[in-house]
Amino acid sequence: MIIQGLVFYLFAALAIAGGVLVISAKNPVHSVLWLIVVFFNAAGLFLLQGAEFLAMVLVVVYVGAVAVLFLFVVMMLDINFVQLRQGFLHYLPSGALVGIVLLVELAVVLVGWAVSGEAPKSLAAPAPELAKMTNTEALGHILYTQYLYLFQASGVVLLIAMIGSILLTLRHRPGTRHQNISRQVDRHPKDTLEIRKVPSGGGI
Amino acid sequence: MSLAMSDLTLALPELFLAGAAMLLLMLGVFRKEDSARVVLVLALLVLTVTLVLAYGVTPKTGRATSFGGLFLVDDFTRFAKVLVLVATAFTLAISRTWMEKEEIARFEYPVLVLFATLGMLMMISANDLMALYLGLETQSLALYVMAAYHRDNARSTESGLKYFVLGALASGLLLYGASLVYGFVGATNFETIAKALASHHAPQGLIIGLAFLVAGLAFKVAAVPFHMWTPDVYEGAPTPVTAFFAIGPKIAAFALLVRVLTGPFGPMVEAWQQLVVFLAAASMIVGAFAAIGQTNIKRLMAYSSIGHAGYALVGLAVGNREGISGLLLYLAIYLAMNLGTFGIILAMRVKGRAVEGISDLAGLARTSPMMALMLAVFMFSMAGIPPLAGFFGKLYVFLAAVNAGHIILALIGVLSSAVAAYYYLRIVKVMYFDEPAEALDRPIGPTLAVVLAGSLVFIVFFFLVPSPLVGGAEHAASVLFH
Amino acid sequence: MDALLHEYFPILIFLGIAVAISVIAVAASWIVASQHPDREKDSPYECGFEAFGDARGKFDVRFYLVSILFIIFDLEVAFLFPWAVSLGKIGLFGFWSMMLFLGVLTIGFIYEWRKGALEWE
Repeated sequence: MIIQGLVFYLFAALAIAGGVLVISAKNPVHSVLWLIVVFFNAAGLFLLQGAEFLAMVLVVVYVGAVAVLFLFVVMMLDINFVQLRQGFLHYLPSGALVGIVLLVELAVVLVGWAVSGEAPKSLAAPAPELAKMTNTEALGHILYTQYLYLFQASGVVLLIAMIGSILLTLRHRPGTRHQNISRQVDRHPKDTLEIRKVPSGGGI
Repeated sequence: MSLAMSDLTLALPELFLAGAAMLLLMLGVFRKEDSARVVLVLALLVLTVTLVLAYGVTPKTGRATSFGGLFLVDDFTRFAKVLVLVATAFTLAISRTWMEKEEIARFEYPVLVLFATLGMLMMISANDLMALYLGLETQSLALYVMAAYHRDNARSTESGLKYFVLGALASGLLLYGASLVYGFVGATNFETIAKALASHHAPQGLIIGLAFLVAGLAFKVAAVPFHMWTPDVYEGAPTPVTAFFAIGPKIAAFALLVRVLTGPFGPMVEAWQQLVVFLAAASMIVGAFAAIGQTNIKRLMAYSSIGHAGYALVGLAVGNREGISGLLLYLAIYLAMNLGTFGIILAMRVKGRAVEGISDLAGLARTSPMMALMLAVFMFSMAGIPPLAGFFGKLYVFLAAVNAGHIILALIGVLSSAVAAYYYLRIVKVMYFDEPAEALDRPIGPTLAVVLAGSLVFIVFFFLVPSPLVGGAEHAASVLFH
Repeated sequence: MDALLHEYFPILIFLGIAVAISVIAVAASWIVASQHPDREKDSPYECGFEAFGDARGKFDVRFYLVSILFIIFDLEVAFLFPWAVSLGKIGLFGFWSMMLFLGVLTIGFIYEWRKGALEWE
């Protein structure tokens, strides 16, 4: 139990430190790398809560794909880092104000928090005991049947994302030469090749 | 668990729309030439069929849920869906000529419109916080892409990016609020939330959650102080897209806001009423004053739509049956007025080039008197001059506010409409009394002419037969307070 | 809960060892090796030339398209795990539910294929 507590504070501290470094790193590529550190620690925190599937998905999707996308985007933009950071101090007071307001609100939430008496009863799908069923299995039991509507809706959202990204970024360059394999295979010697007897002493 | 057939028939309009949108996507990508036009015409057909289905699907008991309580159909959702589908069908129809003239007509545009409409219908029918969020994202994602649709135009991509970044922030606020609500109630279903809130005193944290939820939704209806994105996005997006943004998504977001506040948070009416009163008053004031100095007509329409959102919110701030029916009526009339005005804006072309300055309308009364007359009627209606439809829209919400004792709110509304009348009438003055600028291109095309004539007839003759719409709005509002 | 965390305990130990070794390696080379850095030594090595320009070149936007399409299908696959684990319990209904989901994304796949988004040119 003590180890669990220690690990929690370790992950939490590293996640916060990583978050601070994300916004304070000079080089945006380093920011993305720090973001990966944050993702890993968040995955650790999920794991401590018993949310095994979420932890693994966080690593697979966020570290494996989203961070890579961020790296590409950072490298794609030709950013002048010095110029980019000039506004930083200028925006700091207003940013800090928003942060403080959110912090105060969080404090209010924590202090004046209560849970409705029926909350445990009104849970639509209470998580089963981990000993009986793994997290992944429990999700699978409700996601595809009870939450069919939401599941299919997320499919549609992904489809729109696909259409949108292609519509906005796909460009065909004129004049590029493609390899057309079926045309290559279709080519017949008699269409292209001509065999002639060359008499000695005379040209063609 | 397996689904009973009745479950699916309730969601028939949405299922049909989703299937048809995917089919059209396939059709467009497999068809070599003229795919843009074919897909657009078919998309209009799809929207019409969906409209018939949405009107026709009536649960026997007047109210029924589906998909395990995630999806709701009643007379309120039917009314809102019909409005949204009418709005999207007409805005799609009038977009064709403009897109073709600008040479950006592609088959993806109608497909995205269909997906955005699907999202709107899902928002309207949401009966659960998760369904609400997914509907909202389906709609918003399509809208972000549409804003940046003219991708070689810096203003269009800028508007898409701004809309996306701020929209993502709003979604974040909404999710934060929803998670606080879930933390208190332990459920996301609207009925369960209402029950829990009715029987328990809500803690402070929940009120913060509610405030975040309202903030996220206020962003979608562009109510002050969450309106920052509106002028830039409306100005930068291609004009047909702006016309689309100004009507359909706004109606859907209003329907969702009304459903959330009167449904699950009905027991907390005192808590949200103050928020909505503030949003309404601020939107009316900002909408009236910020529009005065504008020279770009799309930007002007953005501020105008912020002001109109404020008037509609007055109906919600009242929070009773009369107020909500006033709000629904207001949205219906707003639809007709904006459709007409954007029809004229789409026709604003000089020598084959789209123009959008108010000064380009100078002397329109002499160069094309019919268009000037129509725009003048739309502007008078927006300003709320009797006996045009816009007057009745305002009358109903303000009457509801006065009857419920919100005298100050009604007073702010009347005063700000007086200020707003200034800039609406300025356009009329520019058209009728200024020296003519270059004449606008003619003819404007049959579709546009029909839509303009239709909105004109609606606005001018609304006062003769108001009862079908007023009755429909009253009935739709009544099912929220059973 | 505890049983679950016990399973992950070796990974925690592994992480600890990994961190320790990397810290030791960096620290040891810093302490043991003799270091006399100067400007030339620290500058990037380009075959004896002065550096020609900024090392940061712009990436092509096509990388973005590839990675965003990858994310979408990655998410699709993430949905498959719980489905595969619980397929026995959710039966035919759950099976067809996933087929519908995959069908929607297949439509997107056909779209991107036909559009040529998968070709590099």
